[in-house]
This record gives sequence, C-alpha cells and structure tokens, in this order.
Amino acid sequence: MASQLLRIATAGSVDDGKSTLIGRLLYDSKAIFEDQLESVSATSQARGHAAPDLALLTDGLRAEREQGITIDVAYRYFATPKRKFIIADTPGHIQYTRNMVTGASTADAALILIDARNGVLEQSRRHAFLASLLGIPHLIMCINKMDLVDYSQDRFEEIRTEFRRFATKLEVGDLSFIPVSALAGDNVVSVSENMAWYEGTSLLHHLEDLHVASDRNLIDARFPVQYVIRPHQSTDAVLHDFRGYAGTVAGGVFRPDDDVTILPSGFSTKVKAVWGPGGTPLKEGFADQAVTLELTDQIDIARGDMICRPANRPHSAQDIDAMIAWMDERSSLTPGATYTIQHTTRSTRASIKDLEYRLDINTLHRDEAATGLALNEIGRVRLRTQQPLQFDPYRRNRETGSFILVDEATNNTVAAGMILGPSLRESNVVWHGGAVNREQRATSGLTVWLTGLSGSGKSTVAVELERRLVAAGRPAYLLDGDNLRHGLNSDLGFSAEHRAENVRRVGEVAKLMADAGVVAIVSLVSPYRADRDRARTAHEEAGLPFLEVFMDTPLEVCEERDPKGMYAKARAGEITGFTGIDDPYEAPQSPDLLLRPTDGDAAALAAVVLERIDRLEGNV
Amino acid sequence: MTETYELTDLDKLEAESVHIFREVAATIERPGLLFSGGKDSVVMLHLATKAFWPAPVPFPIMHVDTGQNFDEVIEFRDKVVDKYGLRLIVASVQDDIDAGRVHEEYPGAPRNRLQTVTLLRGIRENQFGAVFGGARRDEEKARAKERVFSFRDEFGAWDPRNQRPELWSLYNGRHRKGENIRVFPLSNWTELDIWTYIRDEQIELPPLYYAHKRQVVERDSMLYAVNRFIVPGEGETVFEETVRYRTMGDATTTGCVQSSAATPEAVVEEVAAARLTERGATRGDDRISEAGMEDRKKEGYF
Ligand SMILES: Nc1nc2c(ncn2[C@@H]2O[C@H](COP(=O)(O)OP(=O)(O)O)[C@@H](O)[C@H]2O)c(=O)[nH]1
Repeated sequence: MASQLLRIATAGSVDDGKSTLIGRLLYDSKAIFEDQLESVSATSQARGHAAPDLALLTDGLRAEREQGITIDVAYRYFATPKRKFIIADTPGHIQYTRNMVTGASTADAALILIDARNGVLEQSRRHAFLASLLGIPHLIMCINKMDLVDYSQDRFEEIRTEFRRFATKLEVGDLSFIPVSALAGDNVVSVSENMAWYEGTSLLHHLEDLHVASDRNLIDARFPVQYVIRPHQSTDAVLHDFRGYAGTVAGGVFRPDDDVTILPSGFSTKVKAVWGPGGTPLKEGFADQAVTLELTDQIDIARGDMICRPANRPHSAQDIDAMIAWMDERSSLTPGATYTIQHTTRSTRASIKDLEYRLDINTLHRDEAATGLALNEIGRVRLRTQQPLQFDPYRRNRETGSFILVDEATNNTVAAGMILGPSLRESNVVWHGGAVNREQRATSGLTVWLTGLSGSGKSTVAVELERRLVAAGRPAYLLDGDNLRHGLNSDLGFSAEHRAENVRRVGEVAKLMADAGVVAIVSLVSPYRADRDRARTAHEEAGLPFLEVFMDTPLEVCEERDPKGMYAKARAGEITGFTGIDDPYEAPQSPDLLLRPTDGDAAALAAVVLERIDRLEGNV
Repeated sequence: MTETYELTDLDKLEAESVHIFREVAATIERPGLLFSGGKDSVVMLHLATKAFWPAPVPFPIMHVDTGQNFDEVIEFRDKVVDKYGLRLIVASVQDDIDAGRVHEEYPGAPRNRLQTVTLLRGIRENQFGAVFGGARRDEEKARAKERVFSFRDEFGAWDPRNQRPELWSLYNGRHRKGENIRVFPLSNWTELDIWTYIRDEQIELPPLYYAHKRQVVERDSMLYAVNRFIVPGEGETVFEETVRYRTMGDATTTGCVQSSAATPEAVVEEVAAARLTERGATRGDDRISEAGMEDRKKEGYF
C-alpha cells in the first residue's frame, strides 16, 4: 500500500518549544538539507549559540526573523517511508487565532505543546478548543521540556489529568498525551530511555500510525458541481455530445448506475459514468477524489448545484446558524451587514441577522450582550442567504459544512464559518402550558388545494410543486385523491354523499399537516363547491392558510388526453356518474389562483403557485 | 480490494491540484499558465490536461523568455505546445531590454531578475486575471507561507503581512481590474513528489534532466556546462563529467550536478537520498542573500 498523507496543525505558546520540536522532526526524519542546516548553523553562531538552533529551521519571513516570532501559517513537509506529512505551523498567541483556524481547517491531527514546567495554561485550553471547533479528529498533546522536570512521571500524570478534565467540555474524538523533550529528542522519533515509565510510542510513530481514512464522511454522498466540461469538438461525435460535471467528491461514494438527485432543482437521474482525472474510468468516486460525473439525462446543471442521493439529501435552507471566526483586522462583524458567502462551489450573498453570542475562547464564556466580532473573535450567528445553501452541519461534514465570508468592498476573506444547522424560527415567544404552539415550530404550514377535472393536469403540477418545495428545504406532502382512495378512503364510492365525505377527510388530513408545519398539497377533483368551501372554512377556523387553485383545463382537452381511459369508458356507458360527463363539475367562482394549460408546462405552473405562496406569506 | 476508500499521497495531491485548476477556470476570467519547460511547469501542465479531460486546456500558456535558454528546452516547449494543441504566448525579456525598460548589467549577465518586468508586462498585456505558477512551498522559506491563491496588487507585488486567509478548499479569487491572482497548484508537492509523479505518469521532460556527458567548468563550487552562455574564463579548466540538471533556469546561472541518474527511476532514488536543496545546489541567483526570494517576490516575482 502506497503511503498516505497526514496533515498536522501545530500550536503552542511562545517558547513552549514548537519550533524546536518541528525542527527536530524534520532533522531526525532527514527532511533537512545540508545547505539549510549550514545556514542555520551560521546564524546560530552569529547569535552566539553553541549548537545549531533547530528552531531556526522552521523560521520564515524576515519580519519574523527580526522580531523572533512566527506571524503566519507556514507549511512544512517531511516524509518517512510510511507516510508523507504536511505541517501547518501556526503561531500560538491569541493575536493569531486567525492563523490557527486557517491551519486547523484542513488538518487531520492537531499537535499542541505544553511546557511541562508551566502545565496547562489558558492558551493550551484555547488551542485545544480551536482544534475541536475546527473539527480536527485527533488531538495530540505533547508535554515538552520533560528534561527540565527530571522526566517526572508524576508531573506528566498531573498535567494529563488536569487537561482531561477540561477536555470533557470539548468534542475531541481521539486524545493522546506524549511526554517529550524536543531539545534532547526524547520520545520524538524513538522512545526515550529517560522515561522508561512511558508505555506509549514516540511522537513520530504515533503520527505514522494514526488512522485517518475513516475520519471522512463516507456515508452521505455529496458532489458540489465545480465546473461543467463540454468539449464541443465537432470532429469527434462522442466528444461532441460529452457533458461532464467536474468536481471533488465532498462526501460518500458515487458509482455508475446510482440514482442521484440534483439540488436545488430536485431533478433525478442516474450516474452514467465516473471518470478520474485524465479520463480514467472509475468503478466509484469517493470523498476527496476529483472526478467527472456523466449523467444519463440531459438536465440543466450548473456550478454550485449539489448532486446527492434521492433518499439522502443535505439540508437546504436560507436561514442558517453558524459559528464564525472573524479574520479581518480592518473591519468587524456587525449584525445587519451583508457579505459574499462562498460555500462549496456556490457563491451568494449573506446577511448577518443576529449575533447570538461572542465566545471567550479562553474561558468558553458566552457573552450574549456582545454587539460585534473583531479580529480573532469567535461567535455564534444567524445568517440569511440570498439563495438557499445545500449543506450539512460542520460536525457531520467539514466540506459541506464550512464557508467563508468575503467583504464586497475589499474582496478580502473576512470570516470562516462552521454551520451548526438550519435556523429554527426566532423563538422569543412565551411558552405556555408546556404545549408547542404553531409559532414555535421550525416551519409553517398551509394547504394548497388543486381542483379540476380528471386529466386537467392537477397531479402533474402538484408533483412538480412538491418536488420544488422539498428541494428548497420546505416540508411538503402530496395528498393525491386517486391514491387516497386506496387507503384512507377505500370504503368510499362515487355517490354525492361519498364524494362529500371523501373531500371532508382529505380536508381534515390537510389541515392536520398544515398545522404540523407541512405544506399539504391536495390534488383532488372535488367537484362540488360546497364540499370545497367546507374544507376552506375548517382551515380558516383553525387559522391556517388555504389556497384554492383551479386547474381550468377545458373538458375537450381533458377528454382528449384521457390519461386513464376513464372518459372513453364513461362515454361508452361502462361507468356512470363521471365528473364532466354525467356528473357536474362546479367550477370555483373566485379561486385564489387560476391556472390554464396555455399558461405553460407543469414547471411553469408550479412556479406560479410558488409565487402565490410567497405572496400569501408576505415574502414578496 | 479493500473498501477503505483510501487515496495514496500522490493521488491526493493530484486531486487537490485538479480541484485548483477547475476552480480557477470556473471563477476567474482569462487565466494563463506560466510554462518554462522546467519539470514543475511540465507537471503543472500535465495536471491541467487531466483536469479538463476530455476538453482541451481552456487557457493559453505563457513563456517568459530570457533569451538565454538551453536549446533543448525551447525544442521541448514547442513539441509540448504541438502535442496538446495549446496557445503559446512568449513574453520576451529581450524586448524589454531593447525598449530600455530594463538594463543588462553587462552583456550575457544572468537575466533572472529582469524577468519580473517582462512577467508583469505579459500579465498586463494579456489581461490575465489569474496566472498559474509551478512554485512549491518546500522550495524555500519565503514560499512556505505562500497561499495557493496569492493576491497581487496592480504592481504585481506580494504583501506577506496582508495575505488572505485560506481555509478548507475554499479559494477566494476575487480581485479588481488590474490586480491578479497567482495560483500555485503544486504548493504542497515536494521535489520528491514531483519526481515520483513524473516516473509514475511517464511524463516527458527536456533531456537535460537526465544524466549525460558534458564539458563543464567549476565555478563557486558549482558545475556549469560549457555552451554559448558559459564560456570558460582564464584559468578555468574544462573537463568532461556525467551530469544532469535539477532545475531549468537562465542558462547563464543554472548549474548541473554530477549524477549518473539517466532515468526517472534513478532520479527518484537520487532525490530521495539528496542532501542539498535543488535551489541551493544549482541556482546561483538564490544564493545572493538569505532573504533573496522574499525580496524578489515582493517585487512581483513568482
Ligand atoms: N530544556 C529544554 N528546552 C527546550 C525544549 N524545547 C525547546 N526548548 C527551548 O525553549 C526555547 C523556546 O523554544 P522554541 O522552539 O523557539 O519555542 P516556540 O516559541 O514554541 O517555537 C528555546 O530556547 C529552546 O531551545 C526542551 O524539550 N527542553
């Protein structure tokens, strides 16, 4: 098995020995070249050090050299026969929270230094908190300078116990402790004889053996479309029609023949082929792979769309709760401000609706009175985006749960965001009697009642409407008259009395659903005005919105379509009491919405209904 | 086969680079790819062709031509352009010298430093919104802090204290007219990764990268091949040596190393055992000062 990549973020307070430790890892794993070592030795000598100062190996820009501190994330590379490592070396001072967040965003493991003499300091807790906030699965605490505490087991245990107690407040998957001396090399590359009591492995072995493959989300298939590949090569017939959706798999596995759904449109199709870079045919494309998907149907798909499995979709919402780390020194986050948001491959705008609290990253205290977030501050916000985002909570998927905010005036990246979930509705309502009232539900419901002749196209519009609502993240459910007659209404026939009871039952079910916060879409001939009015009254009495939509398709058209062959049978006298033939259809006199087949196809008509819903809810 | 869905380190690096290419093509107008014929730019171009398959690479390549090239490199460049059906733009340092925009210290002096002016002119004239460069973070200290998307102001300058934070795989390529983004798809590759990839993917390189016999002279403890740019001075002894190049820079300052590695396999072995950085070993220009690279990047260099 070829080697795997491990990304490590390091943090420590100034002088804990981070540079020395990294220098030691690089040096002992022979990632240091002679010319680099010579340059370090020369500088060390010039500064009056006896031995080459390994810390100088990892020291970067001149500004830092002059100030003797690390000011930005620096990336280091080394490899052992087992593994390739990338270290994001970040400064530990609170002033550089931004840099640690940056380095931590892609890390598999965090390596945090503690000076054995000082024990667990405020900054050690801060570093651990940031690692857990950024969802780093493995946290490795290096208790350094053990040589200065006589390699004492007691001291090590003391620090470990104290840190463990604190860590229970954090979400850390895998926590380990290693006593080291970066300067002397104890337990860095090989196990030290100075600490015979330590039963674990050396730091390097620990890093080599860390199992990270299962840290990715391999369950929820997610593919943000990044780029559409269309060769347009008229000379090659196959290539001419090629249409591939390129991107990096953000979760799960995609295989040829898989059923997939495209969001936000909600259309479904199948995967035709999965191609690796350069056209390698793949049996499957999994998380982290850059692939190109070909789909069986020609559907309009663009960058920013999300491909997923029909039965496993991300959240789709415009109101989102998130943790934010502010990264800009020239501005601060203020409620009401608007930014460009980059999430997966989608860019849209987002405004900050509310700052719920600012977190003191040293004490984890929540300051709910805070009015803004300045550089290096972290808080919880509620956002509203212009277009819905397709996302998973950050805890579940770091790729589909993260975003950045960009200042529209300066084009600078000003914040990093980790999504907690869709916002529940603002709930500063008073609770009474322990019962949940309608305003406290996450979503609000209503009933859309489609009435019209058999074959008028009600169901097609209803199906499209349901699909769109669900794709937009809104719970919706289709109550189709024909289908309900197989279950709920299987005891009913087509007499006027039974028709009335049929409509009453459907009306009551729709009302319950609307009350529960669902958009109930009823598709029912419901030929008698009085029956429909009863359903409307029931809703009005319960304070629930009711939209009567009349599908006004002329009888001749319906009869010509005759999708179920019912008109033919009725004309032939095989069935009696068929609406429109030998039973009346009482058209609504003042429907809330009137749709005609000449107004467009099902998608266009569904869009009209959606607009009407928006107007009803005062969104436009 | 195990169902662990693991990528090898090179597969992962490849996937990340491909992601970067696609991101730029999708979000930034008029990208261009800097192509020198050196191994890093060859690998970069190879990755670009893989990223857009089966479509052709959707942007031109630009060669900043010092006019002091190894002939083998120019030959190779033209062959690659043909093979992939690319559009080649040549930005010539000689033009800037002739127009008086830059001055040679003396005829035949190294032109690496002069390149910056030509590079910036090429970017301006072609209105590139993004320029791909083959720089790697492991090459040099100042580069270790470089972003993948590196913002440059209208003067092409890099401000190390004012870099955009870069998180997850979200890249911010927004810029105003006149500004541009330098993009480094090979940021996380090391020299050994590059060579291993060249070996595994059987990527063709200019022949100078592989050991061959040459007439050389030794200067400042580096070896230089004798050619029309390197004329032995008085008291310099010319001798035959089996050498290869580790980088392809300006022919007047790029040295070679004694080596018997004549195949990609042999080079991988040699690089794995190497004890000198490639720049330290063969690039006279980087030895100028400890902060050499940092100063040049601030001026607009890659
Ligand atoms: N005795 C001892 N000194 C150490 C150890 N690790 C680092 N140091 C010293 O602590 C000082 C700060 O180390 P440095 O690596 O620069 O710390 P950084 O600020 O965290 O990067 C230097 O003088 C190091 O030599 C250690 O394990 N034991």
